[in-house]
Amino acid sequence: MAIRAQFEGNNEVGVFAKLTNNYCLVGIGGSENFYSVFEGELGDTIPVVHASIAGCRIIGRMCVGNRHGLLVPNTTTDQELQHIRNALPDSVKIYRAEEKLSALGNVIACNDYVALVHPDLDRETEDLLVDTLGVEVFRHTVANNVLVGSYMSFTNQGGMVPPKTSVEDLDELSSLLQVPLVAGTVNRGSDVLAAGLVVNDWMAVCGHDTTSTEISVIENIFKLNEHEPSKIQTHMRDALVDTLS
Amino acid sequence: MEYIGDGDGVLRQQQYSLICCCRCGLQIEPNPTNMCVNCLRSDVDITEDIPKSSALSFCRGCERYLQPPNQWVKATLESRELLSVCLKKLRGLKEVKLVDAGFVWTEPHSMRIKVKLTVQKEVMNGAMLQQTFVVEYTVQSHMCDDCHRVEAKDFWRAVVQIRQKCEHKKTFFYLEQLILKHKAHRNTVNIKPMADGLDFFFTKQDDAKKLVEFLSAFVPSRYVTGKELISHDVHTNKYNYKYTISVEIVPICKDHIICLPPKTAQAIGSISPLCIVTRVTQGIHVIDPHTLQVAELSANQYWRSPFPTLVSPKQLIEFMVMEVEVVPERDRPHRHRTSNKHVLADVYVARLSDLGVNDRQFHCRTHLGHILKVSDIVLGFDFANANLNHEHFEKLKSERIPDVMLVKKVFDRTKRMRNRKWKLKRFDGADLETESVTKDYNDFLDDLEEDQAIRENVNIYKDATKITVEVDDTDDEGAPQISLQEMLEDLHICEDATGGEGAPMME
Repeated sequence: MAIRAQFEGNNEVGVFAKLTNNYCLVGIGGSENFYSVFEGELGDTIPVVHASIAGCRIIGRMCVGNRHGLLVPNTTTDQELQHIRNALPDSVKIYRAEEKLSALGNVIACNDYVALVHPDLDRETEDLLVDTLGVEVFRHTVANNVLVGSYMSFTNQGGMVPPKTSVEDLDELSSLLQVPLVAGTVNRGSDVLAAGLVVNDWMAVCGHDTTSTEISVIENIFKLNEHEPSKIQTHMRDALVDTLS
Repeated sequence: MEYIGDGDGVLRQQQYSLICCCRCGLQIEPNPTNMCVNCLRSDVDITEDIPKSSALSFCRGCERYLQPPNQWVKATLESRELLSVCLKKLRGLKEVKLVDAGFVWTEPHSMRIKVKLTVQKEVMNGAMLQQTFVVEYTVQSHMCDDCHRVEAKDFWRAVVQIRQKCEHKKTFFYLEQLILKHKAHRNTVNIKPMADGLDFFFTKQDDAKKLVEFLSAFVPSRYVTGKELISHDVHTNKYNYKYTISVEIVPICKDHIICLPPKTAQAIGSISPLCIVTRVTQGIHVIDPHTLQVAELSANQYWRSPFPTLVSPKQLIEFMVMEVEVVPERDRPHRHRTSNKHVLADVYVARLSDLGVNDRQFHCRTHLGHILKVSDIVLGFDFANANLNHEHFEKLKSERIPDVMLVKKVFDRTKRMRNRKWKLKRFDGADLETESVTKDYNDFLDDLEEDQAIRENVNIYKDATKITVEVDDTDDEGAPQISLQEMLEDLHICEDATGGEGAPMME
């Protein structure tokens, strides 16, 4: 399911939070409202961690991660790194990347298997991505935009690209990532998808301005509504009939 | 309402996949706002700052529209001028880009004007939105300042008083023609005949000055300016004046006999003081009938020492020519500037009133030798029997005064008028009320026929009623006539259509 949230009046929730299948990082805000949204939804399944990177709260744009690991820029202090290390499960590898393009969240988009990166990213960072996150790396643009991490968002189930993506581009990306993709928007028409949306395989949090139409697109493509009553009649029907008979 | 894209729309249609409108979920082409047209329209209205109805002020007196702040412009319905007035009236047009504007037809009597406008404006995320809407103007009657003044009978600011202390009105007939030809009366609000002259009324002082300058270029005159204080605002130091310009025209006309002051006579070529005026244009042209010497007296020279006329045409009497003897070349007095149009002749004349009573004859020298024949009738002045009060004339030695001075030849007036195939334009409402005025007017027409130099300043029109009449007798005594080439065709259509005077068309 997808829920709406705001970080201190700001709809760009993807800037202030990082959500993966294994953990969730939340920027340190003046109030706990934003944190409470994540804590309420995820608190009993995965760790929800207050964090800052290089003294900033825009952690969603600074770091990149998935179920296997987390990559932070080299401006991250030892103390911050230690705090994150302590809070996250031991299975998550954490590394500092010596990368010129230090806002890693803006230049890298990934799920648990593949990553799409900025074409100018360092070779060493690419290797580090393979080692840490266990992903296959493709250098690509989306809708003629090199900031793939900002403009698209995808999980193991599906992904969204900005509206201005051409059909050929969409097909190519879809075959690269091996997930279904759709063109869409968040926050009432904004095409900066990763900024307006954080998503993992089970839930999504989007900005407060996001319309119900956009939410339904998001839920459909990220397959967040598997347990709706209608799904019992379609997907689970065969299994149910099988067991009952 | 439609989108204006930055790229080419055809390519985009092929390239991009459809997205859901973020408001209603409709499948649409991607655009900068990612909203469908209907949702965008309900969200933003780029014309909300522009009033959809407004008022236009229209003066019924002069049929002009008010263009704020205080300019009145003439504009017909559905004209460009009216459109510009309408658009200037709309506030809020500065924030948008005006793409198209045009009138929607409305019934003229409805006093409504509808203007269809198409505007563009950049809305969120750089999307250009285009919208078409109609603004309705109510035409309100509002009297303009000029008409208000006219209604309040307080419409003139400046008056030009033209005066000539003269017995006849020929100069004013000539001025009328000059003014008509040059359209110098265009800005007058009123023309009033007064004793000895005309008054021209203007709403602006500049227009009055223009007329005065025009006059001083064509007739010898001088003027004085006066102003009367109407009101005064002590707070702003604004003074409200009425200006009066009094123009005095030299009281000397064609066919006057004048006696020049000795100094003036000396100054213009030592001409004999007793001479005849042949023509008045910018200056006064005089001829000495005894020597054929000619001279021109400028307005400045005249006003330096003004003098009254000695003999006016009304005082002339008729003489019968008894004998004409052209003075041979060798006997002519030698002078510096002489007229070659005239011929010096010795003439014996008898008073017309004396014929059959006595045989008294007078000898005189005249400049009319080229047109005089025996038994012709001429107008002249009998100095022998005259008692004249004139400052300079009284000082002349008696031997310098001739018995008779012949001024002009007399032609048969009725025949001349019948043969006249041309006419002049007149001011609206200018009539020949009295017999003396009619006579003056006919004299003026005669003068025009006689002098080409004056004729050049006047528009002469063919008289359609006369031109077809066959001229039966051509044995006129060589009375001067105007050739057909000099006449203009009068344009009649214009007078009907607009009620104003049409532009004369050259033949």
